[in-house]
Amino acid sequence: MKDTFGSLQNKVLGSKKKHKTRALFGPEKNKKNHRPENDGGMVRKNLEAENALFHSRMFICIGFSILLIIVLFINLYYLQVISYEDYQTRSNENSIKVVPVVPPRGIIYDRNHVVLADNRPVYHLVMYPNKEINTRKSIEELNVLLGLELSEKEISNLAFQAKTRKRFAGIEVADLLTEEQIASFSVNSYRFPNTQVEANLKRFYQFADIATHAIGYVSRINQADVDKLTAENKIDNYEGSTEIGKLGIEKFYEDELHGETGSREVEVNSHGQVIRTLKFNPPKPGHDLTLSLDIRLQYYAQEIFGTMRGAIIAIEPSSGEILAMYSNPSYDPNLFVRGIRANEYKRLLNHSGHPLINRATQGGYAPASTVKPLLCIMGLNEGLIKPLGSFFGPPAFKLPNSSHLFRDWRAWGHGWMDLYRAIEISADTYFYDLAYRAGISTIHSYLDRFGFGRSTGIDIKEESLGINPSRDWKRARFNQPWHLGDTVPIGIGQGYWTTTLMQLAKAHTTLANRGQVRTPHLMRFITDPSLNNEKVREYQQHEEPPVFEIKDKENWNVCRAGMYLVVNGPEGTGRRAFYGAKYKAAGKSGTAQVVAIKQGEKYNARALKVEHRDNALFVAYAPFFKPRILVAIILENEGGGSSKAAPVARKLMDKYLVDLYPGGYMGETIPQQAKLGMGGTVMMQ
Amino acid sequence: MDSNSQSSLEHVNNHQPHTNIFARYHIDMPIILGMILALCLSLFVLYSASGQQMDMLIRQVIRTGAALILMIIVAQISPKYYAKFSIYLYLIGIVLLIMVELFGDISKGAQRWLNLGIVRVQPSEIFKVVMPLMVAAFLSRDRLPPKTVNTVLALILVGLPTALILMQPDLGTAALVAVSGFIAIFIAGLSWWWIICAAIAGGAALPVMWNFVLHDYQKQRIYTLLDPTSDPLGAGYHIIQSKIAIGSGGIYGKGWLQGSQSQLDFLPEPHTDFIFAVLSEETGLIGFLILMAIYIFIIGRCIMITLNTHDSFGRILCAAYTFTFVFYIFVNIGMVSGILPVVGVPLPLISYGGTAMITLSISFGMIMSVNTHKKVRIFQEQ
Repeated sequence: MKDTFGSLQNKVLGSKKKHKTRALFGPEKNKKNHRPENDGGMVRKNLEAENALFHSRMFICIGFSILLIIVLFINLYYLQVISYEDYQTRSNENSIKVVPVVPPRGIIYDRNHVVLADNRPVYHLVMYPNKEINTRKSIEELNVLLGLELSEKEISNLAFQAKTRKRFAGIEVADLLTEEQIASFSVNSYRFPNTQVEANLKRFYQFADIATHAIGYVSRINQADVDKLTAENKIDNYEGSTEIGKLGIEKFYEDELHGETGSREVEVNSHGQVIRTLKFNPPKPGHDLTLSLDIRLQYYAQEIFGTMRGAIIAIEPSSGEILAMYSNPSYDPNLFVRGIRANEYKRLLNHSGHPLINRATQGGYAPASTVKPLLCIMGLNEGLIKPLGSFFGPPAFKLPNSSHLFRDWRAWGHGWMDLYRAIEISADTYFYDLAYRAGISTIHSYLDRFGFGRSTGIDIKEESLGINPSRDWKRARFNQPWHLGDTVPIGIGQGYWTTTLMQLAKAHTTLANRGQVRTPHLMRFITDPSLNNEKVREYQQHEEPPVFEIKDKENWNVCRAGMYLVVNGPEGTGRRAFYGAKYKAAGKSGTAQVVAIKQGEKYNARALKVEHRDNALFVAYAPFFKPRILVAIILENEGGGSSKAAPVARKLMDKYLVDLYPGGYMGETIPQQAKLGMGGTVMMQ
Repeated sequence: MDSNSQSSLEHVNNHQPHTNIFARYHIDMPIILGMILALCLSLFVLYSASGQQMDMLIRQVIRTGAALILMIIVAQISPKYYAKFSIYLYLIGIVLLIMVELFGDISKGAQRWLNLGIVRVQPSEIFKVVMPLMVAAFLSRDRLPPKTVNTVLALILVGLPTALILMQPDLGTAALVAVSGFIAIFIAGLSWWWIICAAIAGGAALPVMWNFVLHDYQKQRIYTLLDPTSDPLGAGYHIIQSKIAIGSGGIYGKGWLQGSQSQLDFLPEPHTDFIFAVLSEETGLIGFLILMAIYIFIIGRCIMITLNTHDSFGRILCAAYTFTFVFYIFVNIGMVSGILPVVGVPLPLISYGGTAMITLSISFGMIMSVNTHKKVRIFQEQ
């Protein structure tokens, strides 16, 4: 059965094979190659050779395939095992973005918790460049849609920024969007899938130019700031911050106000869109500052200054707290927050009143007669004068063997006087003589103790030091020896001596405090909004030494009494200005020459250019026994201290003592009679 | 006896060596099994790569099912018919390529598609199947190793469509087509002298190719391959992101659906050409080894079939398809992992897409056809 099967199979398959070969290879070729019947040996040999060739070729191909797979494996091994950590890092960098969360800046309050500087949300339009969206076209469309008024150049600039910015970093197409713009963008936002409105907080000074010189302002961080922050190792905390304090309190307390930057770890896709937040590390908001300023007093200061150039400082002598510090003209700091335009800045720079200068701390002025009571402290302590020691005031003072006349302000002199009367009438010759006898070295050391020529320690950085002249100073400055003639005008606060108004106020604070030195300062205390407004710290006085030591403390009262006479005495230079005041003040006027008047000529304001006219100064404190306020004022080129400056000082005092804080100490209830030598007999209260 | 022999004859005619349904319908179980395993892996990766789109998976299943059916249909036809008709398929292909050159649709800067009214076809794809078929049919007509004349003619057969595809321009497909044809000639017994001469000529032609044949974007791809960081946001971006995806997968991968590169749009075309990067990121080196195991299983089976084939046509055809398949795998993974320039070659059996699936299933169908139709002859020899 099997045999039959086999033969049958042979038959069947043989026929099949024939058919197949013919179909496959065609009749002719078939005959040539596959003729097992006729040429068996040849074909077998041929077949064997073909097989061998085929197998060798297959072997090569298989080997080559294995090689390719090994190459793939090695490459994969290299990527996934050897370079794994590198690629893992890069993968994380790709998709995990750490977004800094900028802390809200601390708010600045005045002494009555009126907000002086806070943060307001502003909206800007930010575009995240995307390869699939035509950046330039989008910007042009937005420009039309929102009326951004971008010039062709600005658009090109933005398009360039879009190309060069880091991946995921957006470009700010517009800032400070109005609500209308936000609304019309929102309606059309589907047209700009890679653009969004972003809100952030911007500093806002609602009192604009009222307290600019004290508070200062924040502005965009520039390269100099970055360098400084890097040097101080604070740059990490400014990741994401755009603003930094540039001036005044904002600059001085930058570290307190800024807070600590937090972070948000987010997962982003390749288009920079945030998919989810992985980790949130909240920022620590900046500390709030409460200043000693009273914004109402600031306001009033601006009001009473009008168009006069100058500055006024009000200090609480017992603490050194600055109640008001105003320099006129002032300017709006919000311009700098927004980013001041070139023409605006140019206008400020070229303004004849130089508003950018803080006249209270940066202006160097001759203090003129206002320093006479301070020099009396020196004279008394050095034993050069006595309270009741009499002196004859001629029209002019002459150095021995010299014909140069140091004139008194009153052409005919003042006649006989003692210390009280000398201060009351501000007799120049008395102080020429005092300065001459004290000598420059003594004067220099006392002025130094009063704080002239040194930083007052006020908590803003815009402060110049003035000049406390000395032999060394003149040698260094002019390379000239000190002459006796240089000493004499120092006695009336002229000559080489310059001071800032703040230094003058500080020196008089020491006098008003009877030797207790107080650093004038703006900050009262710092609170932490995240700790339920708990006080972080209060202002600490750090005067070294804290007390101005003199041999006889009674001498403070002598000089204070002299100043009392200025305001309340029969001949006092400031008596008219303070006539009818509800409190008893003490003060001293000063009229500083801006240019020297030639020997034998008379001062004539009208004949002089405005900027060469006299500066009017006045320093006063009240109530007399326990002063609550000390006011120092300078009016540039306004003329006489007692006629121009004293009324302004009084207005501010009235405002503070009578209007704003009534019911406080206004002087002793029972007046005491005081006989003050040639100054006269007055009722002290 | 007559009736008995008649019935025996029928019996024998109907008899098959392995009387199971697969053998009867010319189906090769291991290849089918390999393809199904590959489909499973494909669906697994595709679900992640497509952003969890179920409908894409369903389409892939339908396509693979259709491709398997097509493969089985192809396997039913005896190889002799393929040999017979290869010249016609080849000529049709050439005509279509010329038509593409004249009337083709432009897509991504290259003319690749031909709109025939009802269907849009990519004639260059046809040659992935037809090229080994044509060369095998041509060379197996004569004694092997091929004579010089035959070698020259075979090289012209390979060169003509290659040149036409290059003109489209489609460097990747041209290279694949040329390589598949070359493998066929090599298996047929191409003389080593030819190979050496060709290597020298090729080396000499490279500068010429560079200056006169390659388009700027093709040159750019090669520059990019050499230094992806030179243009990190442009052409090099894809390679860098793909390498980051693969490298960050490590040995065990980030886990299914957990690949940040894949899920967050950092990979270009993650479900087609760059699917390997998704696989590698989410399953790591292990995933590569699993993929390779499936591939090696399929390739191994194809090599076995090839070695068991005793006629020249079948041998050349199977070998050419098998090693072209290996070459596809190498080109795709090599491109995704940054050792080859970016050419549009999908990962066989894994990438989403119909054309490649059809091409492959026809190839495998022919291998199965060669395998199952030759059994008869083995019997005859016994």
